Amino acid sequence: MLYTIVKQNSYQDSVNLMLLTNKISTMDGINKVQIMMGTPANKDILKAADLYTEELEGAASNDMCIVVDTDSEEKIQEVLDETDNYLNNQAIASGKEAFETVRSWDKATKELPGANLAIISTPGQYAAEEAEKALDRDMHVLIFSDNVTVEDERRIKEKAHDKGLLVMGPDCGTAVVSGVPLAFANVMKTGKIGVIGASGTGIQEVTTEIDRLGAGISHAIGTGGRDLNDKIGAITMLDGIKALAQHSQTEVITLISKPPAKEVRDEVVQLLQSLSKPVVAIFLGEEPHNHEGNVYYANTLEETAAIAVDLVKGNPIKPNYNRLQAEVPAVTLKPEQKTIKGLYSGGTLGYEAATLISSGLNYDNSGAHEEGYLLNANGFQVIDLGDDIYTQGKPHPMIDPDTRIQYFQKAAQDESTAIILFDLVLGYGSHEDMAGALIPGIEKIQKDAQAKGKEIYFVASVCGTDQDPQGIDEQKAKLEKAGVILRDSNNQAVLTALAMLDIQIEEVQKELVPATETATVEITVSEAIQKLLTEKPNVVNVGLKKFTEAITANGGRVVQYDWRPVAGGNPRMRQILSVLR
Amino acid sequence: MYGQYKTIDEANRAVIDKVVSSAPFLVDVVPAKSVIQELNGKVLLHAGPPIKWENMTSPMQGSCIGATLFEGWASNADEAAKMLENGEIEFIPCHHVNAVGPMGGITSGSMPVLVAENRDGGNQAYCTMNEGIGAVLRFGAYSDEVLKRLAWFRDVLGPTLSKAIKVKGDGLNVNVMMAKAITMGDEFHQRNIAGSLIFLKEITPYILKTDVADSDKQDVIQFLADTDQYFLNIAMASTKAVMDTAREIQHGTVVTAMCRNGYEFGIRIAGMGDQWFTAPVNTPQGLFFTGYDQDLACPDMGDSAITETFGVGGFAMIAAPGVTRFVGAGGMDDAVNTSNDMMEICIDHNPNFSIPTWDFKGSALGIDARKVVETGIEPIINTGIAHKEAGVGQIGAGTVRAPLACFEKAIDAYAVKLGLIDPQ
Repeated sequence: MLYTIVKQNSYQDSVNLMLLTNKISTMDGINKVQIMMGTPANKDILKAADLYTEELEGAASNDMCIVVDTDSEEKIQEVLDETDNYLNNQAIASGKEAFETVRSWDKATKELPGANLAIISTPGQYAAEEAEKALDRDMHVLIFSDNVTVEDERRIKEKAHDKGLLVMGPDCGTAVVSGVPLAFANVMKTGKIGVIGASGTGIQEVTTEIDRLGAGISHAIGTGGRDLNDKIGAITMLDGIKALAQHSQTEVITLISKPPAKEVRDEVVQLLQSLSKPVVAIFLGEEPHNHEGNVYYANTLEETAAIAVDLVKGNPIKPNYNRLQAEVPAVTLKPEQKTIKGLYSGGTLGYEAATLISSGLNYDNSGAHEEGYLLNANGFQVIDLGDDIYTQGKPHPMIDPDTRIQYFQKAAQDESTAIILFDLVLGYGSHEDMAGALIPGIEKIQKDAQAKGKEIYFVASVCGTDQDPQGIDEQKAKLEKAGVILRDSNNQAVLTALAMLDIQIEEVQKELVPATETATVEITVSEAIQKLLTEKPNVVNVGLKKFTEAITANGGRVVQYDWRPVAGGNPRMRQILSVLR
Repeated sequence: MYGQYKTIDEANRAVIDKVVSSAPFLVDVVPAKSVIQELNGKVLLHAGPPIKWENMTSPMQGSCIGATLFEGWASNADEAAKMLENGEIEFIPCHHVNAVGPMGGITSGSMPVLVAENRDGGNQAYCTMNEGIGAVLRFGAYSDEVLKRLAWFRDVLGPTLSKAIKVKGDGLNVNVMMAKAITMGDEFHQRNIAGSLIFLKEITPYILKTDVADSDKQDVIQFLADTDQYFLNIAMASTKAVMDTAREIQHGTVVTAMCRNGYEFGIRIAGMGDQWFTAPVNTPQGLFFTGYDQDLACPDMGDSAITETFGVGGFAMIAAPGVTRFVGAGGMDDAVNTSNDMMEICIDHNPNFSIPTWDFKGSALGIDARKVVETGIEPIINTGIAHKEAGVGQIGAGTVRAPLACFEKAIDAYAVKLGLIDPQ
């Protein structure tokens, strides 16, 4: 049956009324509806649609006419309510963002004319091409993407070097430039320690530890994990060290890397020995026995940070910073509970744990490993759950707790497991409450174990600062409440876990010895790199939008480039576009 | 490789410079066959790239029947349809004879056309006059009412406007009218009410000075006052004249025409001269009048996308907040996003048409086919939506996208022509 409501002197634009009609017609129990102003032409339209009623006769051009065909009269009130609701809420909520969003490089540089840094987080196969476009526009580049070929990496880095630009990455997970955290990065005090590293969580662990010890960092430059590979030749590392060497606010330089190829290492060390600033270096997995000349060698990430802080504060350097500084909790274990399972989200943190545990076990861990395993010896295991094989089609364990909980459970089912060792990495990009997300899994494992009359211990460290968006104190409190044994650094956590099983690591006492004499390297730094280290960066963020948050929150300017593959990935079109330049 | 230009960018700049320096004037209204020689035979012009009768949409076929009747080539619709089917009447795209046509774009020799002259280039372009809404030829209607109106156009409206323009003497400066109208909320495709009003204001004093009968003056002024979209066709003829001057530069990748015939969408780029690059047309999406819906919408038609080619229409969505909701249920943010998106595929802003709601930035200028392919952003076109059956007329309004494939084919052909890549 037809119902007619005429709202007098209630003019609405016809477009509005078309939209409103569309909306009402989707309501349950409405056969047909039309809402129009009562103009003669509209009345004709209503007639044609078999929606004309006598009540419309008296409607004038400024009256809104609602004609509803429905089987139930009570629907009419619903329609009227919905109409009022719609008309009262026409203003479109506008979510104004602090940055412009663009779809091309040209537009990006137009929106942010001073752009001098691009963050590239596109799929790997496109990252090299986009990085080159950034270099062509005289921008430094941070390539977050992985799966860039070594050949591409070398070509890009050579091009950058020739142009006086810096390429961080590929697979550069973190960096801090002039106080602006980039990609997955922690928020920390600004200070005088310049960090350069070939590892994401290595940089995060060292810089957050520096922050915890009361010092600050000037910059943290990521080089990407392959930079010290002989095929790349440390192009970024060398340029980055020179930049920090010339940066007046940087007083101590800290270098983090896996052991490089011999000839690359020689070149890097030669440069380090040429500097007028002291350097702390860690080549992860190596066991240095002395400091040499200008370079202090550390065994752990914790020690790296501690030496850097003592250097910057002018304190004497102690022969050792690695020893366990916390009490060892008393444990009750079944005789078969003898092993540690290290389940890490940070690759370098896991690598450090594997190195330390191997050392404690006197196990030679230098052999090849199954993918993802950093250690697998006598039931002792350390797994990098951020490895590609665990992140195929799944989010990284810094973002998503599921894989980790699953591996916690698997570890708990192993009769030999006494301790589950893990990391929790805070900062921009990471899960907003990973402690809260992991605790139900941890508590369930503890309860199940207790039901079987045994205890499984969780030992962890939290990599973060009190300025991180997650709040380190809150995260720690949650874990402690759940019975997790917490330590301030990964080294302390691993040593605690080992000590709980009565395993100790021999302490190395290092002395300062003179370095072998080498030629002094001349240090020149391009204007563009100097500028990067003296001003807040203007960033074009190509890809993952969430990276914009850390930049705007810390005084950087950013334009978001909603990247899509050029020409939809069509190879012929891509070729044509490249020849039609 | 690019003639006198060192790079494609330089050639493109030269093309858009021509657009900026253009000076289109409305100089006359004349019978189509007096300026388009081809129309002296049994010839009809149509919108879009070349098309055969059997591929025409029902509304376009309806328009052909209407025009055949109007020219007196047939005495009834059946007879007209037979002549058309048998190929007794030749079809030529409007674009091939310096013309553009709205929707079906069907133009015959006796129809009066607006004459726009680009005084920067000295060339002219033509377009039929807007018939208003309801039963109109451009949507395929050919009832007596439609034919009667066309006869009145031929006998009264056309000659009266011609006389009025001649009273004025040097033509009407279209850029000035458009620059005013764009600040009054027109984007010159979906919304032309301000432009139509300005035209009425400019022309009325001269109409009054002509020697035509008072009742005709009254009728002409009333028609112009009633026809909100009248200015659209003036804008179409003018932007066609401008783009034709610009495309005398036969280098580079600037799009110089976009048009649709209900079957195919066609574009031209400067570097490929007269060649069309076509792909199947899309069907517009939008809002529909009562009783009609998306299923009844006719595939995209008309040469009116010359306005978008020029950088207004959908590209100037931000100038016309009143019609932005056709884009979707969005508000000003959607409008500005639409125009900003279109700037991703354009080279610059046109300083002649400053848009207050866009921080006084000029309208978009110079669609670069390379940028369309690179970004995958297809040009947006504001359009009326025709019923897919002839004669029903307009059933809604909305937007439609120019298919990416046209732009891919165009730059592919250009790269091949330059010898930069082997043909596929």
